[in-house]
Amino acid sequence: MASTIYERSRPGRRAFSLPPCDVPERRLEELLPETLRRHAPARLPEVSEVQLVRHFTELSTLDYGVDTGPYPLGSCTMKYNPKINERVAALEGLRDLHPYQPESLAQGALELMYTLERWLAEIAGLAATTLQPAAGAHGELTGLLLMRAYHEARGRAPHKIVIPDTAHGTNPASVVMAGYEALSVRSDGRGGIDMDELAAALDGDVAGLMLTNPNTLGLFDEHIVAIAETVHAVGGLLYYDGANTNAVLGLSRPGDMGFDIVHFNTHKTFSTPHGGGGPGAGPIVVRDTLAAFLPVPVIVREADGRYRFDYDRPQSIGKVRTFYGNFAVLVRAYAYIRALGGEGLRTASEAAVLNANYVLAGIRDLFDVPYDRRCMHEFVVSAEPLKQYGVKALDLAKRLLDYGVHPPTTYFPLIVPEALMIEPTETESKDELDRVIAAIRAAVDDAARDPELLTTAPHTMPVGRLDEVGAARHPVLRQRFPEDGV
Amino acid sequence: MLAVVGVGSQEELYAEIPETVRLRAPLDLPAGISESELFAELRRLAGANSPAGAMVSFLGAGAYDHYVPAVVDAITGRSEFATAYTPYQPERSQGVLQSIFEYQTAICELTGLPVANASMYDAGTALAEAVMIAVTQTGRKRVLVSRGVHPEYRQVLATETAGLALEIAEAACDDGVTAAALRAADTAAVVLQQPNFFGGLEDMATAARAAHDAGALFIAVVDPIALGILAPPGDYGADIAVGDGQALGNPLNFGGPYLGFMAVGEALVRRLPGRLVGETVDVEGRRGFVLTLQTREQHIRREKATSNICSNHALNALAALVYLSWLGKQGLPELGLLCARKADYLRARLLEIPGVAPYTAGPIVREFALRLPRPAAGIISALAERGYLAGVDAGRFYAGLDDVLVLAVTERRTRAEMDAFAGALADELATPGADRG
Repeated sequence: MASTIYERSRPGRRAFSLPPCDVPERRLEELLPETLRRHAPARLPEVSEVQLVRHFTELSTLDYGVDTGPYPLGSCTMKYNPKINERVAALEGLRDLHPYQPESLAQGALELMYTLERWLAEIAGLAATTLQPAAGAHGELTGLLLMRAYHEARGRAPHKIVIPDTAHGTNPASVVMAGYEALSVRSDGRGGIDMDELAAALDGDVAGLMLTNPNTLGLFDEHIVAIAETVHAVGGLLYYDGANTNAVLGLSRPGDMGFDIVHFNTHKTFSTPHGGGGPGAGPIVVRDTLAAFLPVPVIVREADGRYRFDYDRPQSIGKVRTFYGNFAVLVRAYAYIRALGGEGLRTASEAAVLNANYVLAGIRDLFDVPYDRRCMHEFVVSAEPLKQYGVKALDLAKRLLDYGVHPPTTYFPLIVPEALMIEPTETESKDELDRVIAAIRAAVDDAARDPELLTTAPHTMPVGRLDEVGAARHPVLRQRFPEDGV
Repeated sequence: MLAVVGVGSQEELYAEIPETVRLRAPLDLPAGISESELFAELRRLAGANSPAGAMVSFLGAGAYDHYVPAVVDAITGRSEFATAYTPYQPERSQGVLQSIFEYQTAICELTGLPVANASMYDAGTALAEAVMIAVTQTGRKRVLVSRGVHPEYRQVLATETAGLALEIAEAACDDGVTAAALRAADTAAVVLQQPNFFGGLEDMATAARAAHDAGALFIAVVDPIALGILAPPGDYGADIAVGDGQALGNPLNFGGPYLGFMAVGEALVRRLPGRLVGETVDVEGRRGFVLTLQTREQHIRREKATSNICSNHALNALAALVYLSWLGKQGLPELGLLCARKADYLRARLLEIPGVAPYTAGPIVREFALRLPRPAAGIISALAERGYLAGVDAGRFYAGLDDVLVLAVTERRTRAEMDAFAGALADELATPGADRG
């Protein structure tokens, strides 16, 4: 394994250069009293610039990105991230803007955000947008806080949020952070919400329902219109977890399905890079009845065409993050939507759905298909049949690494045992899809022939299977320096 | 492909979407365009802004115009880092996992605390999460926050915890530092920022003692560049340190994406929100890195998780790590001292101007606040026309402080620029400008 940057450190080496001090060189002791000063420097690495570059270049070669190859990680929408988006986000006139510079000196940035808000509202089929949330989960929390404000304004204080058992883990966690109680409802035999369970769960204490549609099984909930009606009938609101929007762009809009609040994951649907775990952006769009509660500031366009931030929103929930949002991420989302246009977005979703169905057709004979329906942009199969060889979904995933394909999401959603959740996305060509299918088929062949090849996989990675139990039992969460002892 | 799937048309793939919710009209969006047209359009939008490089900037207040060295772009631009997902397959993600481990180490070193998470969205959300830790840990619902903490961080704290029925009390910060008498009884946490919003330096050790005497946790909001010369939170007994890592190699980007950092004492490890990377070994005993202690997290614990966060700001954290490795052990204190000297110089120059008075009178490290003889908003507008981003009008956040200007000085500001700025401000104040205020 690679040395750490701290292990590469040697006293006195340096990469940095700073401008000379062109003001009086007052001593630190004159500038700061002893009690405020730092007495031992942080043990940051001491390396030359070339050592620094080589270290991180070496680390990068251990990773796998969308640019490396197919990445059919279900629910994550690992589509290609166009390079032009990086170029435009790096334009000085967008990159080097201070959030507190006068609005008159940031009109282009405000116009971009204002326009993007409207585009997202059109795609969602709803009225008003905030770009503030930093991620999908953050959008969920924001949406739930909007629900709370909405009910309070009506003199109501319901306590519960209904969530199907297929939901992302962020949904119940967001519910608790927003001060609500999560009420889980089961799925029916076709993978949608069980309507009887839903009816039993709904009463005046329900603030709303959170739903992903298509859901995490990759299935469109056929009862969506009835679901929306029954939730609205008890005074609740519908929250759309936009993680799977890539299936339905320009084909079916959450607002038309009856949802009141929608978040988008720009890093899924609108091609902004995932960055190894972030930054993303989780803008949310709401029905007009919720617009007054959106976080401040709201961007407004004056009659003379100038843009400004409006903080004077007495019903606003406040702010869910510092400043205005992950602007540089939003620039990329703007560029993506602008490049594709409405028709391009629709074509992208159509290709995403076709690609998922194509991969499913190529491997369905190998696995259990828990819900035998037409899938949307992703699908879930169960690797239970591999148990006859003593092989688990996890083992299959690790073997796929040896075949040069990023494995699917495993063990999610929780209601499917040995789940493999596969989302090829629209940016993979038929050749790549065939490669994914061939890799999965080869790995299953290996399981029948020589199961140990899987249970001990991967064999071609820089490290073999890692001891995660040991890591959690005796956490080592930072570099141990020799002088610290062990 | 349709034939393989077993359908006759694309339309058939959507058979399960009820007709009533199908969109039959095209989306009302502009038609798609070519890459060159797209570049031209974004250039036009970019051209309608005045970036920091076109102005002489003294803006700070949570976002700082430090130089970003070329190595940062070179590393964060590598697509293996930029286009990867969260490292769920550790055997194929050792690069990002190791870099997060190295980042966690750097944050521990900066803060003097033993455990740091893999990063969060920004300082405001990190503060809200820190307060939630304290509320869970102490079982108390009251929080005492200094008014010297960035007003937007406090606003985020209030908004994000709106459903948790907390009582958020404020400690006065009237003369540029937090009032010494802290009413910490029955509080879950006491929160101070160092340096505070006005650039003032707080007596963190005394505040930490007051918190601990009352059985509360002490949360320090800190600046990573200033930590090159200021005592780290671990030294004065902070239980949790949070802050914004933007200043570490991340461009201003009109407010985001930045990164929030968080470090805690050992006692709070299992209450930490967010990703955490740990060292381990593989089946052959080779060192490797994995996401760890995941039983805190939403994908395992769902409604019992410590937080809903399911990402970090990994690429921003990588930028911070590369930047800190570029500066190294020597560079960070040198940079801190350089900024402190320049800020000290500019404050002295500006205080020579008739009518200008100190708001933060004590020691400063990069940022400071002044009282002007006229409202700051008008001065800021007038100086913008002369090519200066003069600072932040404290009055936009604090009633009664319309005449207070908050300025930051990074290493990028030269003496010549500061002298010229002092001249421009003197000039402006010498002109009868009541109409502008």
